[in-house]
Amino acid sequence: MSRLLVCPPDYFGIEYEINPWMRLSNTADPRLARMQWHGLMRELEGAVGARLERLDPVPGLPDFVFTANAGVVHEGRAVPSRFRHPERQREERHFEDWFRNNGYAVTRLKDGIHFEGAGDLLGFPDLWFGGYRQRTDIDAYEHLSRIFSREIIPLELINPRFYHLDTCFCPLSGGELLYYPPAFDRYARTVIEDRIATQRQIIIQEIEAMRFACNAVCVGRHIVLPEGCPDAVRQLQERGYEIHSLPLDEFMKAGGSAKCLTLALE
Amino acid sequence: MTLMPSQETVLLHGHIIDSLILAKVLDTILMMGGTFDLSEVHIGTTREQPSHAKIIVRASSEMMLDQILTAIQPHGAVAERETDCRAEPAPEVGVFPETFYATTHLPTQVRINGQWVDVGAIEMDLGIRLDPTRTSAAAIPMTQAERGDLIVTGRDGIRVAPLQRPPERDVFGFMEAHVSSERPHGPIIIDIARRMRALRESEGKQGKVLLAGGPAIIHSGGRDALTWLIESGYVHVLFCGNALAAHDMEAHLFGTSLGFGLLAGHTVPHGHEHHLRTINRIRAIGSIERAVVSGVITQGIMAACVRQHVQVVMAGTIRDDGPLPGVITDSIEAQAAMRAALPDVKLALLVASTLHAVATGNLLPATVPTVCVDVNPAVPTKLADRGSFQAVGLVMDAASFLRDLARELGCTA
Repeated sequence: MSRLLVCPPDYFGIEYEINPWMRLSNTADPRLARMQWHGLMRELEGAVGARLERLDPVPGLPDFVFTANAGVVHEGRAVPSRFRHPERQREERHFEDWFRNNGYAVTRLKDGIHFEGAGDLLGFPDLWFGGYRQRTDIDAYEHLSRIFSREIIPLELINPRFYHLDTCFCPLSGGELLYYPPAFDRYARTVIEDRIATQRQIIIQEIEAMRFACNAVCVGRHIVLPEGCPDAVRQLQERGYEIHSLPLDEFMKAGGSAKCLTLALE
Repeated sequence: MTLMPSQETVLLHGHIIDSLILAKVLDTILMMGGTFDLSEVHIGTTREQPSHAKIIVRASSEMMLDQILTAIQPHGAVAERETDCRAEPAPEVGVFPETFYATTHLPTQVRINGQWVDVGAIEMDLGIRLDPTRTSAAAIPMTQAERGDLIVTGRDGIRVAPLQRPPERDVFGFMEAHVSSERPHGPIIIDIARRMRALRESEGKQGKVLLAGGPAIIHSGGRDALTWLIESGYVHVLFCGNALAAHDMEAHLFGTSLGFGLLAGHTVPHGHEHHLRTINRIRAIGSIERAVVSGVITQGIMAACVRQHVQVVMAGTIRDDGPLPGVITDSIEAQAAMRAALPDVKLALLVASTLHAVATGNLLPATVPTVCVDVNPAVPTKLADRGSFQAVGLVMDAASFLRDLARELGCTA
């Protein structure tokens, strides 16, 4: 059974602006945010059949809800994130504590290298991809590749609205890739086209990319994504996936959606 | 003024090949107007293994270099941490430390106390000596090492610049050391003549023309043309051996070259003795210069050299007869004398002598335009193999070359 790390949105809110989605004037509705979050959890635990591990929310850390950025976990080893923005650096020790207290071998990256966890490092079982330039430094992947003995292909992200790889790129369990090509530079697009067979590429159009269609959670044949992405839903259904479209727009105000709210623990 | 355009070595690690990160970094350098050398590339043997590359980035200015480095840094290209060069004392007179750095003939710098310093008197196959105060560096042959001299060792803190394309758009500017007997000689000779004219007009301010030649110049009938070139002030340094000088003066005294009648076209009776009698006579007089000044030798290459104050270095060989006074029979001393005559040389003509062509080629920095003329393609090929872009090989006989060159420069004879 898939295990996902999540954190209730008790202290979620827009308290600073560190990406183009965030506007201090565009405040989140705490009640609605909680409803949407619980709706997502219900779907994940229910229809999708995932097991959830809950972090204790921390006052003063509004983005702690985005557990995808806790770090990256693989075969019992966790590498915690080293955030680029000071606003989120305060989350680091809480994530790291959770990994340690839950039996993970923790490897820290050396100081001065930014790495934002599973927000930027995603992949298929034998091939990992790392987004860089917006948040994570490319150097991080050299270390991570050594730590996990995996090939990691760095991909340059060129649009600040798609500041993490998981906002525009989602590998699926059947080997397909859901992605939004304009978020990447020319070289990254060439590499993706080279490494992922055309018939396995599911390309998302701008309008749905801006609704974070790619910020999807894939567990087995289930895919959970934000509502308002009919074209993505159709393409995924054609390939036999069971789709769960959910309202998550309160979290879009902070630049996150379904995937950002979870961290795959296996 | 520094010898080199701005450059920096950067390192790139990780999965840089399949991700096209290396390609992107190299493209970025070129798009921004820089150039690069991939000095090392190690490709991981499995998909999981990282690769790494060492890239020397060059730009025409320090500002452009900074801009390029700033642009490639986010893709993981980090400047290699530069260190000073290492130096160890020479253990004995004439011996370098075991791990001494062997020079190339390309412009070279060493890093001393954080500063890049040009290596003086660069030449291939030497060592680099730092002055005792560690402020300057010069290339020296191992025979010149004194015990305790600081000799550069290892490879850290040393950088070698590739040749820049010379500004002149002539045969030397194409940066290709072609050697072919089928190549038209005319345009090459015109380019050589143009450079010689410019050097003569500068009256030595822009540099000198060196000619290193063998006795085939005399045998093949190139003596008059070379004499004219020297008399007209187009040649300023002459490297040769005992033979060229002996046969030149033999031609004047006996009308033969190694006993062969230059005008008669056949051997003359007892002709084989002529060069020995010539050498003997000059030895009796004491020097070539005295023979010319006293009127014994009035014509030919050596006479022209004395009259025009051309610097002549005669290097002896094991098969020499005599030799003539002035021939340096110790090859280390001869090398040193040739080396001492080179600093102002800005054009080198190596004509019809394997020995002197290769010896001179070894001493010349790659920045000196060099022409090697020989009927045997192996000689210019050997020279071109040194990797000097500015070495041009001409497969033709010495007399034809010298006559065409003299005619191009205005000789009507």
